[in-house]
Amino acid sequence: MSDVYIVGVDMIRFGRFPDRTVPNLAAEAALLALDDAGLTIKDMQALFCGNLGQARGMIGQRMLAEIGQTGIPVTNVANACATGATAFRDGWMSIKAGVYDLVLAVGVEQMGKGLLGGGEGVSTEGVIGSGTMPAMFSHIGMEHTRMYGTTFAQFARVSVKNHWHSTMNPKSMYRKETPLQEVMAAEMIAYPNTKLMCSVNVDGSAAAVLASEKKVKQLGLMDRAVRVRASELSSNPFAERQLAMPDFSAATRLAAKNAYEQAGIGPQDINLVELHDCFATAEIVHYENLGLCADGDAGKLIDSGDTQLGGRVPVNVSGGLLSKGHPLGATGIANIYEVSTHLRGAAGERQVEGARLGLTHVVGGGPGMGSACAIHVLEKV
Amino acid sequence: MGDVSGGVPPIVPFLHRDGAKPYLGGSRCEACGHVFVGERSVCAKCAARDKMKAVRLAETGKLYVYTVVKRSFPGVAVPFVDAIVDLDDGSHLKGTLEGVEPDPDHIKFNMRVKVAYREAQPVNSGGKPYLTYYFVPA
Ligand SMILES: [Zn+2]
Repeated sequence: MSDVYIVGVDMIRFGRFPDRTVPNLAAEAALLALDDAGLTIKDMQALFCGNLGQARGMIGQRMLAEIGQTGIPVTNVANACATGATAFRDGWMSIKAGVYDLVLAVGVEQMGKGLLGGGEGVSTEGVIGSGTMPAMFSHIGMEHTRMYGTTFAQFARVSVKNHWHSTMNPKSMYRKETPLQEVMAAEMIAYPNTKLMCSVNVDGSAAAVLASEKKVKQLGLMDRAVRVRASELSSNPFAERQLAMPDFSAATRLAAKNAYEQAGIGPQDINLVELHDCFATAEIVHYENLGLCADGDAGKLIDSGDTQLGGRVPVNVSGGLLSKGHPLGATGIANIYEVSTHLRGAAGERQVEGARLGLTHVVGGGPGMGSACAIHVLEKV
Repeated sequence: MGDVSGGVPPIVPFLHRDGAKPYLGGSRCEACGHVFVGERSVCAKCAARDKMKAVRLAETGKLYVYTVVKRSFPGVAVPFVDAIVDLDDGSHLKGTLEGVEPDPDHIKFNMRVKVAYREAQPVNSGGKPYLTYYFVPA
């Protein structure tokens, strides 16, 4: 089986674009990624398009209507917060399988402002606890507090770090430093997550061009290629409390184990990570889920500074979902863009020096739904 | 509070009545022993089929984790304590914990709680009452 490479990758600056359409946002990222590869839509053999909010809306086909209807097969993908990464992985699989040599993967989302969660029918909100995303991820943080004594300040430090990182990322929605005092004094949404510890609902899109080794060589694109060392996807294995509190850890641990195995490496070999910091509490538990530290040591890890730019394994140097923003379907490919940019040595002020191997992680789902986790390991060529 | 008359519909399908007395329905897997909230026929844990026995869930347990919700959907009164409770039969139940200060300094992991029942008007029910359950300190 051929190795698979990223030869073009880009994203739009995340923000709020209520006057644009979802296909139009997708088209912008697709053209940016094609330009990055020096290719056109006419070179693409297939399109894998991830979008959650309009999952029945044929976003891939409508995007092609804006950039060129070449008649290629389109697969529209929806998989919670792993939507974009799943589209990317589907493209990867199609090349691994030897069906195609050159494909396009796009992730896109247009979001409203405000709380996510809830649903249809009579609401149980407040009557039977809460179905909001902040409450759900606060439970996950409190579980860490219960087991290891992790403090409110340790969770808050994740936001301080990621907001600082975003000041160096021109594609981030917000680019403002938030000192610890400010993070902890911000409006409490669901203890221990304050408003500055919740990710930002924004609109956005990101895209990647994937190629087989043969094609990369034929096109002479190896100098800008990034090798996909592992692509893994998991659903939530059974977890003891899953009916009461959705579980994102078991799915992450499963995908991480398989990804390290597929890449033939361990967590100690990873130079940078873009992980799913939908809430500050989530980043803490994922340190352990991804093996960046031993179980119980995540509080110490954030305190040590090892996960900030310049540290042992910088995490979310893009600003993360907390500051860059979290357009659900686009997030998975935006993470891949970030890590690829560092591996290419093109991340400017926020460059992780000497980055050779990077990991991207997204995990999503909801109460009564289950979860989806995608992990990719990318390598400098 | 604690006032439960007949005829009011339950807010969740696993909430039942035996005459006037409400109870929570569950399922125990006779293959692996896991107790689920609600009715089911296949075990999500061990995949056993036709091993599920309908049970009434325990009405006492201890607080596993919680959060104090300060912002919720429009119309929902805040703050409230959103709790995950480990019931004494091994099942796990989410619910609102009342009878405590909605403040982390006043809530202890593992505190004993019990299940209580009442009628409540959810925000988008058009004022229609529903039968529900909640937790109180035991
Ligand atoms: Zn079983």
